[in-house]
Amino acid sequence: MAGQTPWQTTGPFLHFGLPWNGAADLTGDSDLGARPDLIAPGHDYAVLRAKAGREGTLGQRIELVGRVWDNRNAPVIDSLIEIWQANAAGRYAHPEDSRNDVALDPAFIGFGRCASDKEGAFRFRTIRPGRVPGPGNTLQAPHIALGIMGPGFLKRLATRVYFSDARENAEDPILGLVPEERRATLIAAKEPGANNVYRFDIHLGGARETVFFDI
Amino acid sequence: MADPVPYARDDATAQPPTKFADFKASAVRAPSHPLIRAPHTLTEITGPSGDDIWEKLVGPAVSDLTRQHNGEALGERIIISGQVLDENDRPVPNTMIEILQANAGGRYVHEYDQHDSPRDPNFTGAGRVITDSDGRYRFITIRPGAYPWYNARNAWRPSHIHYSLLGVGFAQRLITQMYFPGDPLFPLDAIANAVPEAARQRLVARFDLETTEPFWALSYRFDFVLRGREATPMEH
Repeated sequence: MAGQTPWQTTGPFLHFGLPWNGAADLTGDSDLGARPDLIAPGHDYAVLRAKAGREGTLGQRIELVGRVWDNRNAPVIDSLIEIWQANAAGRYAHPEDSRNDVALDPAFIGFGRCASDKEGAFRFRTIRPGRVPGPGNTLQAPHIALGIMGPGFLKRLATRVYFSDARENAEDPILGLVPEERRATLIAAKEPGANNVYRFDIHLGGARETVFFDI
Repeated sequence: MADPVPYARDDATAQPPTKFADFKASAVRAPSHPLIRAPHTLTEITGPSGDDIWEKLVGPAVSDLTRQHNGEALGERIIISGQVLDENDRPVPNTMIEILQANAGGRYVHEYDQHDSPRDPNFTGAGRVITDSDGRYRFITIRPGAYPWYNARNAWRPSHIHYSLLGVGFAQRLITQMYFPGDPLFPLDAIANAVPEAARQRLVARFDLETTEPFWALSYRFDFVLRGREATPMEH
């Protein structure tokens, strides 16, 4: 048995290496996600010019937006947020999700990355995921796995995003593990007046501290 | 569908806490509530997968960081190689290792890095490699320099390379830093010291004469160990 390699912080300069063109757009429609504004002026910057170039993702397009706040309620301007989710039909593009009766979407991978900006804000474009099985014979409500890391984080914090307009939340086996008074921190609220935009603010502390999971 | 075989959890004897007093920046970025333990569902054990997945997701591999520009990067050329394993000593094939580092003078290409040291127009310091069928990887880079930071009076980061590994599933994620053997700054480093002492040396690469290229570059070996499965998964 070999021992786990320890986590270390990303440090403050993650932007030139981790987000890529299109990293925050899981639909493959745009270059959202890269941060050329943070590269030293004049540096010929080739490594992250890769564009995913996927098209035709199935499902209802949504935006997942939010801001990250530290435990003194100041915006976290340099964190990295990653998401992982099932496709619109509720299938993970992974060999261990062997439910062949649920369709794969060849245009959808399900992984995205976005760095928070000077206001602590992040924005993903993706699709609303379908339901996937939970422990036993349960079904999970539509959700997106989310990890946050960055300078000052010694290791990733993991959480989940649920949707305020999903009735299935009431029967979700993972939400059910969370004390009722803290469940709201995991639920992205539909933005009033916007089309399919969901807001998920991440609070690292304070009265509205987001629930983080030991996974 | 049967419940998936879960991954092992964070090993508390190896992993840093979320807050470590000597690492000042962690004070405001650590939650106060304990983490809520959740079972591993399909969500946690899956991740980007497939033969050409990394090319599709982020583009081609960049395994020689010294030749990304028209001219050659300045500094000491080095070769780093190793293997990605899980805790059960199983190789992790076809996984992406992302690489980030400062240049030979200890400066990043990031706009916010104002260290009084030259930038190198021929060195970006970002790359990515994919492990082969045995979980092995290799890349060529420049040995990064040490640099000062604001954590404490006259604090300097030891030379280090940042790595990011997505692993096979969401629960297997790892971001870490690799240090060089014999660095006098390593024992003083607040970030390395956040790791329990028994596991701290796992962050230090090993000088490896065997993989050195004569008259060209010295070599270091660094293996990664990701979380393993709690039991042997069924073969598909």
